[in-house]
Amino acid sequence: MDTVISVSGLVKSFGRTRALDGLDLSVASGEVHGFLGPNGAGKTTTIRVLLGLLRADTGDVALLGGDPWSDAVALHRRLAYVPGEVNLWSKVSGGEVIDVLGRLRGDLDRRRRDELPERFELDPTKKARTYSKGNRQKVALVAALSSSAELLILDEPTSGLDPLMESVFQDCVREVKAQGRTVLLSSHILAEVEALCDRVTIIRSGRAVQSGTLSELRHLSRTSVSAETERPVSGLDTLPGVRDVALDGSRVSFTVANEDLGPAMQLLVNHGMQGVTSQPPTLEELFLREYGDTVAPRRPRSERDPTEVAESIGPGQ
Amino acid sequence: MTELTGAWILVRFALRRDWVRIMVWVVSVTALVVATAASIKGLYPTQAGLDQAAAASAENAAAIAFNGPVQGLDTVGGEVAFQSGTFGLVLVALMSLLMIGRYTRVEEESGRTELLRATVLGRDAQTAAALAIVTGMNILIGVTVTISLLQQDLPVAGSVSFGTSFLAIGLVFSALALVTAQISENSRVASGLAGGVLGYAFAVRAIGDIGDGRLSWLSPIGWSQKIRPYAGERWWPLAIPALVTIVLLLVARAVTARRDLGAGLVQPRPGRAVAARSLGRPLGLAVRLQRGTIVAWTGGLFVLGFVYGAIANDIQDFVGDNQTLKQLMAAAGGASLTDAYFGTAMLTLALVGSGFAVQSVQRLRSEETTLHTEAVLATPVSRERWIASHIAIALGGSAIVMTAAGLGAAVPYAAQVRDLSQIPTLVGAALTYLPAIWLLAGVATALYGLAPRAVSAAWTILAVCFVIGFLGEVLKLPRWIIDLSPFQHTPHLPAAHLTLTPLLTLLAGAAVVVAIGIGGFRRRDVG
Repeated sequence: MDTVISVSGLVKSFGRTRALDGLDLSVASGEVHGFLGPNGAGKTTTIRVLLGLLRADTGDVALLGGDPWSDAVALHRRLAYVPGEVNLWSKVSGGEVIDVLGRLRGDLDRRRRDELPERFELDPTKKARTYSKGNRQKVALVAALSSSAELLILDEPTSGLDPLMESVFQDCVREVKAQGRTVLLSSHILAEVEALCDRVTIIRSGRAVQSGTLSELRHLSRTSVSAETERPVSGLDTLPGVRDVALDGSRVSFTVANEDLGPAMQLLVNHGMQGVTSQPPTLEELFLREYGDTVAPRRPRSERDPTEVAESIGPGQ
Repeated sequence: MTELTGAWILVRFALRRDWVRIMVWVVSVTALVVATAASIKGLYPTQAGLDQAAAASAENAAAIAFNGPVQGLDTVGGEVAFQSGTFGLVLVALMSLLMIGRYTRVEEESGRTELLRATVLGRDAQTAAALAIVTGMNILIGVTVTISLLQQDLPVAGSVSFGTSFLAIGLVFSALALVTAQISENSRVASGLAGGVLGYAFAVRAIGDIGDGRLSWLSPIGWSQKIRPYAGERWWPLAIPALVTIVLLLVARAVTARRDLGAGLVQPRPGRAVAARSLGRPLGLAVRLQRGTIVAWTGGLFVLGFVYGAIANDIQDFVGDNQTLKQLMAAAGGASLTDAYFGTAMLTLALVGSGFAVQSVQRLRSEETTLHTEAVLATPVSRERWIASHIAIALGGSAIVMTAAGLGAAVPYAAQVRDLSQIPTLVGAALTYLPAIWLLAGVATALYGLAPRAVSAAWTILAVCFVIGFLGEVLKLPRWIIDLSPFQHTPHLPAAHLTLTPLLTLLAGAAVVVAIGIGGFRRRDVG
């Protein structure tokens, strides 16, 4: 597979702030690549470097086989972009903005341009001043999705959309993927990334800390198990790979490294297992594991309050 | 040529958004010059009349300081260039720097440039589009001015060179604004820097024109006047603005090609981690938000005042034994020439200083459109308190700005004539204009309260006051129009006597319009 985006050792500083600190990112052709990170991790800075809006200090950056800074114009014919925060010309209608951006790119699929506002329930005749945040974002989305660009760069494109529109957006991204086009999707919405992305890169403080397919990442992680047994389980915490044990009479919950699942299950069976649910780690857990210690100093997992584990399983499960 | 890809689409897009604004600028500047020309022909129908006016102006340093160099004043064309030249050149420079800022740094600051640059758009396209539009405006002004002066039967060479002088200064300030747009990431600061250069250009040529004219070679306004429209035209001085424009454009291009989008050459400093106590109140917040504006205007007006003050002592010497002028001055109320000069200088400073008041009130609107107002009003702060806090800055800040203007004028003059009592006199003269400035600020507030989208009309009102103040007599405007300007009701100290009635009337008027503005804002939708 061709590599559409290839970034290695990217450094970008603003004055004394080091926004990107040796970032690596690789996006293959035809994939939907999730780009995750907390606020201020450097997602938008990375995207702006990829668009040739910012100049990299050091590091190698290749986009569609070219240099994003010096080949910006030629490369931009082949990509479309939706910024995280969309500001429009107050006296110009949404439809006009879509057309202007399309004309500038020189590639506007009329059929899609007419059809997409309907799907997104966007009134293109309204002046931009009267649009809400979500509607301004829809304007940028429609403009980008109306192109037949081979790469879409989307920077938190759904942060202002309601759940209905979020699902329309997901359909559109799947269509783009079905056409063999590539998407770089920066997002906070983990459910969206899980639903859409083939591969994920998680960044923190300007560095990539995890990268791979969701199942690869999950493999690196732990499975949550909760079970009911006839007799209170004992001896779990002495098993290899088991942590976060919380015992409540006949109920027990813990997490276990995937390769150590067998002995733990055996122990449950020995204590008269009556019911068990096990969950592969969600993206949210991966995310929290990477960032949890930015909020509080890292403690050994076994010392943590069991409610934290319960929370980390997250919604949607 | 990929650097310019997409520029043409941007030009058309900007014309689609802004054609009304563009036409208003072009028509206003042209109309001003044409009206002056028509009026001067009526004012001096005979050569004898022209000769007399020329003689009077040639010896009047005050007139030269405000109008420009003495050249060809015994012709109708020369008088037109004298009466409307400097004013028109300043207006064209102002137009150029504001419009360039609008299409470059303002767009970039708002994030719209990012949206555009992510499409197929060359790195220089936005700059080129801005330059194309503003140059187009300048050419249009040059051509319409030339044609309309030709229609008034003025000489061809003079009319063409007068039209060209507008194009020349327009180009210089367009290129300059492109450079200042690279320096700061804040569009207000960027335009302010270019505006500062304009103030410098005006002041330097005033000193130069009163002297032997050599210093005027250091002023962009001077360059445009050195081609001597209607006074033995010469074209070679045009090489200076042409060269300066090219150099400035190259500088701007070199910086654009290297810098990050959204960044300026000057890095913003980090702010405090914790807010000062004063910021917890609306007034404290308003002070914090408008602090930079107040400082910039205070500094600018002090410097402008200083220039006027520094040349004041030469005024008396300049006249010498010109009997005609002495008679004219005596007829005008018997004030000394220096007093008359300071009277005009204070009026000018007050008109310029009003720019602060208008800009400050406009801050209300920009706070509202950027949703900052919403955030403040969502706390237990009443609408009245919020609007009053910014009005307080506009009114109080005007007092600071005018005090600085008065001090600037007073200090060098008092030092030269060794008379400290000049300081309170001249500062007092500057502060006499406060009621008029407050009335203007009040009108802007009323516009904001009743018709927020029309609040920028306050700039138009200020421009009209400028025209009335400087060209009212020349244009022979009807009395009732001249009376519309609050600045004409202010006694022009120190040339006139202090009378309280007009000042108190202006104050009452200001109170009424401010109240109307606050009342309107209480009732209307926010957002």
